[in-house]
Amino acid sequence: MRSWTPASASELAPAAGRIEVPPRYEELRRAYRLWRRSLLSIVGTVLVGVIVLLALLAPWIAPYDPLAQDFSVRLQPPSRAHWFGTDQFGRDIFSRVVFGSRIALQIILIVSLISGSVGAVIGWVAGYFGGRTDEVLMRLTDMFLAFPSLVLAMAFAAALGPSLPNMIFAISLVTWTPYARLARGETLRTKAQDFVEAARAMGASDLRIIFRHVLPMTLSVLIVQLTLRMGTIILTAAGLGFLGLGAQPPTPEWGAMVSDGRNYIVDQWWMSTLPGTAIAAAVLGFNLLGDGIRDILDPRLRR
Amino acid sequence: MNLTAYVARRLALMVLVVFGVLVITFVISHVIPADPVLAILGGNAPAEKVDALRRELGLDKPLHQQFVAYIWGAVRGDLGRSLRTGRPVWHDIWQYFPATVELTFSAIFLAVILGIPLGVISAIRRNQVHDHTTRVFSIVGVSMPVFWTGLVLLLLLYYRLGWLPGPGRLDLAVLPPPSRTRLLIVDSLLAGNWAALRNAVGHLIMPAFVLGYVATATIARVTRSSMLDILHQDYIRTARSKGLVERVVILRHALRNALIPTVTVIGLVFGGLLEGSVLTETVFAWPGLGRYITTGYISLDYPAVMGGTLYIALVFSVVNLIVDLTYAFLDPRIRL
Repeated sequence: MRSWTPASASELAPAAGRIEVPPRYEELRRAYRLWRRSLLSIVGTVLVGVIVLLALLAPWIAPYDPLAQDFSVRLQPPSRAHWFGTDQFGRDIFSRVVFGSRIALQIILIVSLISGSVGAVIGWVAGYFGGRTDEVLMRLTDMFLAFPSLVLAMAFAAALGPSLPNMIFAISLVTWTPYARLARGETLRTKAQDFVEAARAMGASDLRIIFRHVLPMTLSVLIVQLTLRMGTIILTAAGLGFLGLGAQPPTPEWGAMVSDGRNYIVDQWWMSTLPGTAIAAAVLGFNLLGDGIRDILDPRLRR
Repeated sequence: MNLTAYVARRLALMVLVVFGVLVITFVISHVIPADPVLAILGGNAPAEKVDALRRELGLDKPLHQQFVAYIWGAVRGDLGRSLRTGRPVWHDIWQYFPATVELTFSAIFLAVILGIPLGVISAIRRNQVHDHTTRVFSIVGVSMPVFWTGLVLLLLLYYRLGWLPGPGRLDLAVLPPPSRTRLLIVDSLLAGNWAALRNAVGHLIMPAFVLGYVATATIARVTRSSMLDILHQDYIRTARSKGLVERVVILRHALRNALIPTVTVIGLVFGGLLEGSVLTETVFAWPGLGRYITTGYISLDYPAVMGGTLYIALVFSVVNLIVDLTYAFLDPRIRL
């Protein structure tokens, strides 16, 4: 970390003699040991790794064009030529699932970025300024929390008009609340510490204190929370896609693919179930990885 | 802060939140869509039809008047008229909601009777086979999309094996009992109609299990971790050292306190269930509120969609209120 911020007074003490912070090899090695000890974290890392690779190398991995229709091979069961079978337009489902990983990752990244930063800013401002600002912002958060998030995302997505960008925006609108609460709590804790008081005594501006002192202290908690929620983002996106409120055809979005295959479920089981497996695997991967990262970074939860 | 003050503050917050819910639904239905009427009728509708509907929905008035009308309507329970069914939305919700109640309560019931024991046993046998199995079961549970689990189970247990009845609440061949509560199971019990009861329970098993799986996983996880917390505390050691049987220590001393976080999580899970019910009801053709909303989206029935969304948010808020108040009664430390 470039801007070195003391986590507590005790951390300041040994550094007083030598300014150079000891390298973090020890910590990295400890993290690696913890990671290797937990089978579930390894499985999660592998799953997420596979999805990232699929997304990066999609054009080389997918044997067919995900949008190319070929009516001579409609509704084919899984075979050597078509690993996951074909759909009602003769499109290769495996290729569509592979390209779908790009859409899933894109959704996760953009939603995390928007909702994470919006939530963090609201939380920092509420926690730092307190008083009436805090009250207003937190009641706003309560109002958004009054809706089950998928139901609210459905309403936003429908009002904005169903499309992939609108769905991403809709999910972001309903997922910033936990980050706001978390950032507020962490800010309140940080604000009470001596080094913030010291910075203020030295005449640092509010903006400077927020960015240089509060932000770095709350970041790790926020990052853990972001990784923990990535699985939920995919689930929400897939749910919206399944209901037709997300990416529109012919986009190979996983949830929409499951919905496509619904009418064929009795005779062409592969159309729905195999893209659904991709969703489950991706969510599982992100959940396991998120759990693993939390266990490594948060000693309080280590059991 | 004493209990009365806490309850008063919590109720005031509830009023504020309900107002916020109304504002948010108003923004979604009246402000965001460029033209709700065109969204309803489609781009090719004749101009006079568009104007007529605009007047009927009050959309020709300025926004602040629309807002007042919207709030006033909602307060009186007037949520407009469904464009698809032609009946007042309120009436429709009344028709559809009991099916959702039946489904979510069965799911919660399953989740509680499975999740709490799973969590307790995991905590007692920490890091043993049972604990690991439960952990995998939970994490897989929260990872599977409910609509997919539902489809897979339908495919296997209904279409292929025929072990359980398929979509819907009742087979067409079964005569439904006279509807008093609109809860099919209660109605068939009241009527003493065992054939209908068996059929209704059969229809309920799959969706309730699919919907309850995630909740079971969450409840098991929270019970496990709060149980572990409690088992390390001094009074548990005291209880053991005064020679109490382990069963009494676990059930009477530990579990009672460990269940406090579980109660909260049951409330939180309820939101997840309302959300999951939208998808589960769609997959299982379950005639509940979630399906009412999703069909509303498909048929561009805006009043139905917004009324349903508003209603779900209200139910969710009331549940959260009940949970918070229960929590305050159970754990005096919270009333700070």
